[in-house]
Amino acid sequence: MTRMPYYPGCTLKTKAQNYDLSTRAVFRELGIDLVELPRWNCCGAVFSLVTDDLLRQVAPITNLIRVQELQGTDSVDDPRLVVPCAMCFNVLKRANARMKDNPEDLKKINDFLYLESQPYRGEVQIIHTLELLKEISAKRIKEQVKFPLLGLKVSPYYGCNLLRPKDVAIDNPENPTLLEDFTQALGAEVVFNNRRLRCCGSYQTVSEKGLVADLVYDIIMGAARAGADLIITACPLCSFNLDWRQKEAMEAHSDHKLIPVIYYTELMALALGIGNGFGGEHFVDPQPLLQKFLEKEKGGI
Amino acid sequence: MNERFLRIKRIVLGPRNREFSKKVEELSGETVNLCEQCGTCSGSCPMVGEMDITPSFMMRMVQLGEEEVLESKTFWICASCYTCSVRCPRGIDPAKVAEALRQIKLRAALDFLDISKITEEEAKILPQIALVAALRKFTG
Ligand code: SF4
Ligand code: SF4
Ligand code: SF4
Ligand code: SF4
Repeated sequence: MTRMPYYPGCTLKTKAQNYDLSTRAVFRELGIDLVELPRWNCCGAVFSLVTDDLLRQVAPITNLIRVQELQGTDSVDDPRLVVPCAMCFNVLKRANARMKDNPEDLKKINDFLYLESQPYRGEVQIIHTLELLKEISAKRIKEQVKFPLLGLKVSPYYGCNLLRPKDVAIDNPENPTLLEDFTQALGAEVVFNNRRLRCCGSYQTVSEKGLVADLVYDIIMGAARAGADLIITACPLCSFNLDWRQKEAMEAHSDHKLIPVIYYTELMALALGIGNGFGGEHFVDPQPLLQKFLEKEKGGI
Repeated sequence: MNERFLRIKRIVLGPRNREFSKKVEELSGETVNLCEQCGTCSGSCPMVGEMDITPSFMMRMVQLGEEEVLESKTFWICASCYTCSVRCPRGIDPAKVAEALRQIKLRAALDFLDISKITEEEAKILPQIALVAALRKFTG
């Protein structure tokens, strides 16, 4: 087992526990033990985009100091910080880059955080779970598949924060293939939704539900036209919008087709034979669709 | 010099306009004058249908230092999806300009979101990530 520092973020500890649990389970199966950072704090969810807001970088940077602290003990083998939530990943990575590019900002932050055990040195590397899976390789994942997801038509959805802006992108921002590669390795059929990079409306969901429902309708219908049974995501906010806002989308558009939404790690767990019991709240219940694969698992066929 | 060049008109901003334009440039860190009004941002923006002015028009108003841009709802509707950021051929980031405009409003203590309006039913299902992000973007 290789042990690596792990930042779940607050949504994975609450509404998206199924993402947290399935991520840990999948990586354990692949030989990586994710060690949760002690005393981590919320990173702020959105990277602040103005120049004079150094204070808003404090939250992400304290987390990176926690990584240094963990590196100093002997509880991790690979020092890089693993982050599954697309939005946390975007925030932590950009805050980190800002510190690396601006030694003056780093100094100010460190002066402000003088009560911490150590200053931030600006050297932590941050890696998204999908990038880590890429290192492990689709080939190895394929070898570990126990129950190939034959006949399941899966539509990957990327959203924004993993691909944009360019300096945080985990893949080609206009034509990524990471999720497609893994889906294929699991034996499922990839279907191409030309809306897979389109924003779902993000935080507008709090005050502009109708607007988000329209965007979601467009995205889901793109997947439906491509013949998808299921959509996979890597972000608890995409996941919420794409799933729960189908309620409003359905009310506003009579031709709306309901499609269940799950995390790619849940899909992987299913194929690796460690598939159920992650829980998770849904508007469109994925269980009926996944039942036949789960039964295979139970039967051990 | 050739007559034709002498006839080219220059836009000279008045002091108030210049000040506003500069303020947005400083806050966003973006050189707004580089915008060539190509419209790529507006054509790529997933939220443009709900905006009152397009992102490129917002850029133009900032170039000209027109403070009325602050009355537009465009930068509140922006979802920071960064599609414009990756596509602008001039390498400018309209998402940062939108954030600067939000900040100018928020710093004048004009919150856009009233959290008490969220219904109980919604509060039950909304994930933390949505609430934290919305509060960060829409309140000061
Ligand atoms: S970005 Fe969201 S999920 Fe991540 S820690 Fe912050 S609020 Fe939580
Ligand atoms: S698709 Fe929506 S929730 Fe997902 S990363 Fe983009 S803005 Fe965020
Ligand atoms: S894409 Fe860039 S150059 Fe073109 S209108 Fe938008 S901001 Fe201006
Ligand atoms: S960042 Fe804002 S303005 Fe730019 S494309 Fe996205 S929603 Fe539109």
